Amino acid sequence: MGMFLAEIAPELHKITGYIYPNEYELHWGILIVLYPYLTGLVAGAFILASLERVFNVKVLQPVYRLSLLTALSFLIVAPWPLVAHLGHPERSFEMFLTPHTQSAMAMFGFVYAWYLMVILLLEIWFDYRKEFVIWSRERKGLSKFIYKILSLGTNDISERALRFDEKVGRAITIIGIPSAFLLHGYVGFIFGSVKANPWWSSVLMPIVFLFSAIVSGMAMVLLIYMISTMFRLKNINMGCINKLSELLLYAMIVDFSLEILDFIQRLYEAEESINILSQMISNRLFISLIVTQIILGTLVPMASIVWARFGKVPDEMRRMLYFVAAILVQVGIFSTRWNVVVGGQLFSKSLRGLTVYKTEIMGLEGLLMSGALLATPFVILYIITKFLPPWSKTETQISTQ
Amino acid sequence: MKTDEPKTPRREFLETCGKSIPRWVLFFATIRAGTLLAAEEPEVYDPKQHDYAMGIDIHKCIGCGRCVNACKIENKVPEEPYYFRTWVERYVIPAEGEAQVDSPNGGRDGFPELKTEPDMLRTFFVPKLCNQCANPPCVQVCPVGATFATQDGVVLIDESYCVGCRYCIQACPYGARYLHPVKKVADKCTFCYHRIRKGLLPACVEVCPTQARVFGEAGHRSSPLRRFLRFNDVTVLKPSLNTDPKVYYAGANREVR
Repeated sequence: MGMFLAEIAPELHKITGYIYPNEYELHWGILIVLYPYLTGLVAGAFILASLERVFNVKVLQPVYRLSLLTALSFLIVAPWPLVAHLGHPERSFEMFLTPHTQSAMAMFGFVYAWYLMVILLLEIWFDYRKEFVIWSRERKGLSKFIYKILSLGTNDISERALRFDEKVGRAITIIGIPSAFLLHGYVGFIFGSVKANPWWSSVLMPIVFLFSAIVSGMAMVLLIYMISTMFRLKNINMGCINKLSELLLYAMIVDFSLEILDFIQRLYEAEESINILSQMISNRLFISLIVTQIILGTLVPMASIVWARFGKVPDEMRRMLYFVAAILVQVGIFSTRWNVVVGGQLFSKSLRGLTVYKTEIMGLEGLLMSGALLATPFVILYIITKFLPPWSKTETQISTQ
Repeated sequence: MKTDEPKTPRREFLETCGKSIPRWVLFFATIRAGTLLAAEEPEVYDPKQHDYAMGIDIHKCIGCGRCVNACKIENKVPEEPYYFRTWVERYVIPAEGEAQVDSPNGGRDGFPELKTEPDMLRTFFVPKLCNQCANPPCVQVCPVGATFATQDGVVLIDESYCVGCRYCIQACPYGARYLHPVKKVADKCTFCYHRIRKGLLPACVEVCPTQARVFGEAGHRSSPLRRFLRFNDVTVLKPSLNTDPKVYYAGANREVR
């Protein structure tokens, strides 16, 4: 309590107009910004993997396994900020034991469990099963033991067994695509269904969340692929990243169009809330919405992908442009999440005033904590790749002359 | 000496009295049983027999803030000016332009005097509290069912069950909820549920010097609330959201939200 009062006191003069007295405390901070950002990366990375598997986009083969492992690493961390944010984290399990079925939030646990257990882990296991069996035979010591456990006692790598693996893997992916849609569309619904909040309440919210998720996931896999390949001194597969960037561009066009549609619709309908929302955009969200989300996070990367993909540029430059675009997209999507979650709380429900949000450095809701939470999936991914290397066998060494 | 006298009236009287004893016993026993039964009645509280609601007459509110103070004390609401189960807003409507609203410390200490503005159209006070909606969005979104509607029409929070996710605070269109800074659970007005179940009035209604707040049962013909609803044009806050509030306002202008 002391923390909150100490934080809010110097900010009071920045509050403009009238806000309800209970609105001084802003309830969902940076931890809840991380939550849709992380689950979005999961859904996006998984959908990218499905493209290769189900739609046979063979050129994406070098990033197939990497996308699955990326999705897994981010999925493991996704619920952490949620639980850390609860007033009573020790009661969080009640959501599984006594869920209130009408609540959009109560279903998250089940969607999450379904996605983690049934979809991701199964798909990864079937995909790696052959290797698990081979490694458990070839390796020695602890490593042999670990792969023995990972293979879950299976030993059959005959042609027929592998064909079965392939068939099941494909079936899981096919179920997985709607599941990935569900996972993030559902996160959008948590916000979009709050009728009390005119900034959130929109039927487009789940769809916008979904497409921004695909955008962020693709860009993240692109980044991880480029960095990891560089550090392993291998050649980047240009065909793969060309295709990946092209798909990223298409997803961005859909995403941006949907957001513009939402924006125009609000402006044209001009409901009761329009005045306070326009004030909020021009005063409180100008940097994070207009500058970071739209210009830096959407228009600039779209332009650079178009230039790199369809212009006549050398491969070196092309890689550079893709890389910069992918980083900017991450910044942009993070701003998108910020603008939804924090933006939805910067105006009073009296529609008469604007409040402020001040990020702390220390503490559970602080920047350091958020930084740590954001870094964790990468650490997890690094460890997973040590045991389940996702790298393609056709990779070539960078020639060092 | 008088002999063979007929029975004296005294004797006759006593005999009659004696004969009537069983009847008297029966009479008192019946009364006693009756009072016993009557005394039994208030202890068996049947929530289905009640449907509580509140009426607020904006014309009568003088903005003294006694209701806010009584609520803070009665319900042990945290003292800081960021937590309120009920608060009072002051509206100043200029002849032209936007309404000015304020609620310093929730109106608990009254309001600072207004500098007289010649083009002021009117001013009024609006007490606010949880609307105890019949269609409550907060109950809908609670992931564990810790907030719920009672049969007597009050929305309550089970503080031993609330996980503190704050989704209900986001879902409330009226800003009626806050996160209790010590208990770390959602908190809000309960219509003083602990009082009304005993037949008492909510603290804010009890202390209101002008009877701007009227509490009672919407379904009972003789209740003061029924009278309030009969003789006033009433409205509710944010009716377009279809929350079906059970706090009714008389004299609320279009500026109130």
